[in-house]
Amino acid sequence: MARRVTQRRKIGMTVLAWAVGLLIFFPILWTFLTSFKSELTAISIPPQFLFFDWTTENYATIYEQSNYFHYMMNSIYLSLGSTALGLLFAIPAAWAMAFSPTPRTKDILLWMLSTKMLPAVGVLIPIYLLFVNFGLLDSRLGLIVVLFLINLPIIVWMLYTYFKEIPGEILEAGRMDGATLRQEITQILAPMAVPGIASTVLLNIILAWNEAFWTLNLTTSNAAPLTAFIASFSSPQGNFYAKLSAASMLAIAPILILGWFSQKQLVRGLTFGAVK
Amino acid sequence: MATTHTKSAARAMMAPSVIALLIWMAVPLAMTLYYSTLGYSLYNPISTPFVGFDNYSYFLSDPTFSAALVNTLILVVGVLCITVGGGILVALLLDQDFYGVNVVRLLVIAPFFVMPTVAALVWKNMMMNPVYGVIGQFLSSIGLQPIDWMTEVPLLSIIIIVAWQWLPFATLILLTALQSLSSDQKEAAEMDGAGALSIFWYITLPHMSRAITVVILIQTIFLLSIFAEILVTTNGGPGSQSTNLTYLVYQQAISFGDVGAASAGGIVAVILANIVAIFLVRLIGKNLDA
Repeated sequence: MARRVTQRRKIGMTVLAWAVGLLIFFPILWTFLTSFKSELTAISIPPQFLFFDWTTENYATIYEQSNYFHYMMNSIYLSLGSTALGLLFAIPAAWAMAFSPTPRTKDILLWMLSTKMLPAVGVLIPIYLLFVNFGLLDSRLGLIVVLFLINLPIIVWMLYTYFKEIPGEILEAGRMDGATLRQEITQILAPMAVPGIASTVLLNIILAWNEAFWTLNLTTSNAAPLTAFIASFSSPQGNFYAKLSAASMLAIAPILILGWFSQKQLVRGLTFGAVK
Repeated sequence: MATTHTKSAARAMMAPSVIALLIWMAVPLAMTLYYSTLGYSLYNPISTPFVGFDNYSYFLSDPTFSAALVNTLILVVGVLCITVGGGILVALLLDQDFYGVNVVRLLVIAPFFVMPTVAALVWKNMMMNPVYGVIGQFLSSIGLQPIDWMTEVPLLSIIIIVAWQWLPFATLILLTALQSLSSDQKEAAEMDGAGALSIFWYITLPHMSRAITVVILIQTIFLLSIFAEILVTTNGGPGSQSTNLTYLVYQQAISFGDVGAASAGGIVAVILANIVAIFLVRLIGKNLDA
């Protein structure tokens, strides 16, 4: 009897949870469906849900007419470039903090965190003017540096929380056995650090890909990534729902997939280890 | 001997990150402070006289500023209410036993990965358009008058869009906290005859309180800087009905070329964010000791 009640409860919960999940997901689902409609079907009243003539013409149009690949390559350059630069700076720093902490380590970590809280708009004008003066406006290099700097605190923090979990005793044991510093790093530590570094990379790519303050303010066309490309649909092209949808799906699909893989790390990275 | 060696090595390893962030923080901020005391227009960059606090008094007495300040607060508080309230409910739901838990989880967190410009344009055109938008069509189909979201309730529209983007974040963090709650306590309370509601109120909610604080503080920092969603939907309008502080500073600088006033506005934004930041840094610092 009790089992039947729990079974019924489970089915009820299933219906409720799926309804809520689909409701939250609906705008993305709708964008996905609309991207396969003709422009006419996209604005038909009443809306067509599944039984319309599926077409890939919007994707073909985006491919032919707009410089979609130019923007996508910029997004890739910016997110990979800023992440690589971030790792280069953050791995040694997080390493030192985790393995030879001093009384000041905590203060430095918290100070780094506080730089993340500086609102971008507080430094928009000087950065903009500096970019103009140094000819960096609308250049990939300039944006890579800015994205690297705004995400550096998160990278250091995340790596620090992962490195701290590597037991120090292992190092000592290695030293006892006569491992050199080089062997220590390449053979003992690196294999243990790789998962942490991988999740940090993942999260940072997501953050850089979706960054939409600096990428919109410091680019016009040459270095503009997908955020700016989509922003160009705000009017009047936005009235072409099917094309907007196709462009949107192309812009979010890679990150959606990466994000689904990294949901656990997301909590850790974005709360600076405060919630694990 | 070995320790001093390790210590200086450690310092050398930290130095590049620390110096990079120090420059990134100090130089532009000092420049903003400096510009905020100048009468500096992009259209007349030759003459930049020192004007003291004039920019601040101009910016602070501008009616658009108080409107933007109020809008910023409404935006932050509105989104926080929806995401924390909704996040608790959705997290409780996802913590239940049902079929397809993992798939529903994916569906719920998906909006967080949608870039701001896409989220804003999809909502503006395909959800909220009064004629062709899904919401409008739904309202007409049940005999109600569809509303023109972006012109009639611009700020609410932006709150909805931003809340949709941040609900997954709140849910995910609250769910993580929820799942660390041991079931012993709940079972003991159940044995003592506590109802589901009082278990939630006296056991679950206090357990989640720290995660809720973290969600509120972190979201506030990001929400104070909402920009792209406003830029591609309402442009701050109609009038200044959906202009927040970030957007106002951007307008002053880029559209009006008033570097002085925009810098003063930037400094005001920094001060506001710092008030929140102090609490957050303290909270995380405490956690670091534990």
